[in-house]
Amino acid sequence: MSLRKFITNKTTAALAVLFTVFANTSAFAQEASVAGAAAAPKVDMGEVYKSVIFYILIFLAVCLFIAIIGKSIKVYELSREAQGKPVGINWNRVHASLFALFLVLGLYGVYWEYTVHGSMLLPDAASEHGKKIDEMFNLTLIITTIVFVFTHILLFGFSYIYRYSAKRKAYYYPHNNTIEKIWTIVPALVLTVLVLMGFLTWRSIFFKTEDPNNKPLQIEVTSEQFKWSIRYPGADGIVGDKNYKLTTATNLLGIDFKDIHSRDDEMADEMVLPVGKPIKLILTSKDVIHSFYMPHFRIQLNTVPGMRTFFEFTPTKTTAQMQQETNDPNFKFVLLCAKICGSGHYNMQKVVRVVSEAEYKTWLAEQKTYLNDDLRKEFNLPVAPAAPKAASDSSATDSAAVKTNQMALNK
Amino acid sequence: MSTIALHDEHNHDHADHGHHKETLISKYIFSMDHKMIAKQYLITGIIMAVIAMGLSILFRIQLAWPDKSFPFLETFLGKWAEGGRIKSDFYLALVTIHGTIMVFFVLTAGLSGTFSNLLIPLQLGARDMASPFLNMLSYWLFFMACVIMMSSFFVQTGPASGGWTVYPPLSIIAKAMPGSGMGMTLWLVSMVLFVASSLMGGINYVSTILNMRTKGMDLWKMPLTIWALFLTAILGILSFPVLVAGVVLMVFDRSFGTSFYLSDIVMGTDILPNEGGSPILWQHLFWFLGHPEVYIVIMPALGISSEVISVNSRKPIFGYHAMVYSLIGITVLSFIVWGHHMFVTGMNPLLGGVFMITTLIIAVPSAVKTFNYLATLWRGNIRFTPAMLFAIGLVSFFISGGLTGIFLGNASLDINLHDTYFVVAHFHLVMGSAAIFGMLAGVYHWFPRMFGRMLNPKLGYLHFWLTFIAAYLVFFPLHFLGLDGVPRRYYAFTEFEFMKKWLTVNVFVTWAAIIAALAQVAFLFNFFYSIFKGKVAPQNPWEANTLEWTAPVEHIHGNWPGEIPTVYRWPYDYSKPGHDADFIPQTVPFSQTMSSNLPHDFEGNAEAEKIQQDWELANPVEENKG
Repeated sequence: MSLRKFITNKTTAALAVLFTVFANTSAFAQEASVAGAAAAPKVDMGEVYKSVIFYILIFLAVCLFIAIIGKSIKVYELSREAQGKPVGINWNRVHASLFALFLVLGLYGVYWEYTVHGSMLLPDAASEHGKKIDEMFNLTLIITTIVFVFTHILLFGFSYIYRYSAKRKAYYYPHNNTIEKIWTIVPALVLTVLVLMGFLTWRSIFFKTEDPNNKPLQIEVTSEQFKWSIRYPGADGIVGDKNYKLTTATNLLGIDFKDIHSRDDEMADEMVLPVGKPIKLILTSKDVIHSFYMPHFRIQLNTVPGMRTFFEFTPTKTTAQMQQETNDPNFKFVLLCAKICGSGHYNMQKVVRVVSEAEYKTWLAEQKTYLNDDLRKEFNLPVAPAAPKAASDSSATDSAAVKTNQMALNK
Repeated sequence: MSTIALHDEHNHDHADHGHHKETLISKYIFSMDHKMIAKQYLITGIIMAVIAMGLSILFRIQLAWPDKSFPFLETFLGKWAEGGRIKSDFYLALVTIHGTIMVFFVLTAGLSGTFSNLLIPLQLGARDMASPFLNMLSYWLFFMACVIMMSSFFVQTGPASGGWTVYPPLSIIAKAMPGSGMGMTLWLVSMVLFVASSLMGGINYVSTILNMRTKGMDLWKMPLTIWALFLTAILGILSFPVLVAGVVLMVFDRSFGTSFYLSDIVMGTDILPNEGGSPILWQHLFWFLGHPEVYIVIMPALGISSEVISVNSRKPIFGYHAMVYSLIGITVLSFIVWGHHMFVTGMNPLLGGVFMITTLIIAVPSAVKTFNYLATLWRGNIRFTPAMLFAIGLVSFFISGGLTGIFLGNASLDINLHDTYFVVAHFHLVMGSAAIFGMLAGVYHWFPRMFGRMLNPKLGYLHFWLTFIAAYLVFFPLHFLGLDGVPRRYYAFTEFEFMKKWLTVNVFVTWAAIIAALAQVAFLFNFFYSIFKGKVAPQNPWEANTLEWTAPVEHIHGNWPGEIPTVYRWPYDYSKPGHDADFIPQTVPFSQTMSSNLPHDFEGNAEAEKIQQDWELANPVEENKG
């Protein structure tokens, strides 16, 4: 190989460019490390890493590096031009190859995401309707993944195969009605299937026919910035009326105790649910819109001031079961707020426990009613004169309430 | 082409047109020339995009390192980042203003404002817009809207922070969050100005397209860019007024004690007097605009990419008519799908079912468009100009983001995905990244037309690859956060045990976002440098067919010296068999080309079909041996 050939050879030129760049950067690196070594005894590097100027300098160094590469490419191309040879770098080929590479790496990346991040997701649904949602999700995921992979192979594959070549002319192909009909009708059919399934699932979630032998347990949840208040219905199984105008410092939820159903309503610090029983959530809000979100049960519904929203579901797994299934002794069901509601939005939670029926009954027996002596006075209810007696009375009614509740559950 | 080479521009400029003297102010500031207004829109849009991107980096820093302090944040943000940590209220302000700027100021005004103004007269063969004064007014109202929106960073209580959808009562009650004070008032004022601006623009675009096309330019000879911009303008005209109605009612609720959106509200123990309204009403009014709005954002991008892909594949766009009909389909359907944003907001579940059906139908025209893009690439002769790279990137984002729409449009699945990071990932891909890529494709493609100079392609390549890869790295992992039930607009992931495993992902995403942001420096440098120092552009740098490339490179008032060229053929005669060049501009009469070059297809014309077959026999498909 003659020297001249060696110099004009493409690969050698590329190597030379790389070498120059490398030499430059290593020179920079040396300078930097020298500077760093000199400064090390005096300056705490932690502060340096925090300072903006440090990062600006790094960025400028990167820009310089890119500029050097750019200039070297330019010099290379100009020298090719001066020699009367075709343009140095065939960018069309570079991009075509990059697209092909992107396709391969991208598909691997998607696979990696599906398997690694895909395994960090919510466990299987812990409610009856949640299973249907999960099935639908999986079906949709399969269909969309196939389409995703297929179209991307075509997109980047075509980009690679049909890259520019001066020898070739593109194929004049303005339309083909048959093909167009096919790819209108096929997506339409697939979507019809998905729509039908979705529609039926949606109906089964929101339009339930009540089984008179298995009446759902009513639980009212009231949201406000930034907490949830929970009200259990008490012995009568009915959550009583509320009126926001009755809100006072003692009656924070504005419960209307003139309604007889309200008087036995119980408050709870946590949401405890009996497994396998239908539950009807009554959702309301005091101030702004919040969103009642229990991802493990596939439940979300906004709580809106001025109206009540309802969600019926049946939990199918207890917290203990979930702890076993997920192999995580600290597993907890969560209740979050999913609608932006103010500065505390990110921390608006409540403990949720799903327990066996027996545990639920013992827990329920410990809960207090909302109605207390102060409220009795406020609402002129006839219990104030004989306070001690009333107290024993109320505990008596409480236990009675538990009994009737138990009976209701046993039915 | 030959038609214009004969004319002496300078002569014409003064003789034919009765040119008035242009001062600095009338030329660069209060300009009524559509090309200058397009530049104004573009540069304002770019500046707003950089600001909004900066805001996103700020909140990404908070998400990645919720417990670290960054002293420089305090330097810049003062009390909103005391001790170098962004406050929760300010975090919400950041996401709100980021969203508002990106959706309205960048992707609506910056995208369709720029390209409607530039391309409608140039691609249709008009001297200017139907109403140049209205056009100028439209820009300046937009500019004022931007200024007012940014000024909310300088009020005591901070900018609006109830999310870009500003749902009441949060956005109405000043006690609910500091951003609902003065900042929210400014947001509303800015939005009214913005809607006025986009209405003026829209009316102008529609009337120009309908009335001012040059001789021979019938509707079916219009490039797809114009079709997209036309339908976008119609969408805007029909939907934006509804937002104004909603905004005015909100102004009343906030300032004059009415109760359109408020009822039964207690702040702590303070009972508000409002009664009888419904917060859901705002959501209906907002999303009646809001959903068409996402198509207002994406359709111009789709139009631009149709043009760019066709030009650079050297092939006619596949299924021109199907492309137009699918745009029309999207336009019509987009008015009846708004409820899919409200499946779990307490709207009657019966409606949820209906909106699910209409929503999933809209996926069909979108699928048709995607397949048509792929078919256009098939057997093309693809030149990877920076514009083409961005257009291919757009198709990729449009597929990736569009497919997750099938999950979210399904009411049952939306229950668990609503307001989670899955939604964030979905719309950032399909309308964020895709539309931005469409806009960038347009900038790279029409920069020579706008500024008479070329952008540096190599910086364009760098810009594309960094942005394309980083955008996927940012948004792809976010789907999985959403599938794990992590809600959006969370200030920190530290309060819930199950979210802590995503903290490392957040760090990764933030670094990817920072790289994506820095990659834009390559573009910004290229853009502003090339305006002044770029290579002077040739007449038709991409060898495209459309009319704008027949106008002289040097901008003149009235676009063409002398007569406006007449149009004879559709804009996609690329690589037509029997012609020597691989493109035939729209201005070339049929008589000047071979007999095979009849109007835009061969079907049903025996003679043409025969010529095609002969040509195919004579030119067997050559495999690309690169």
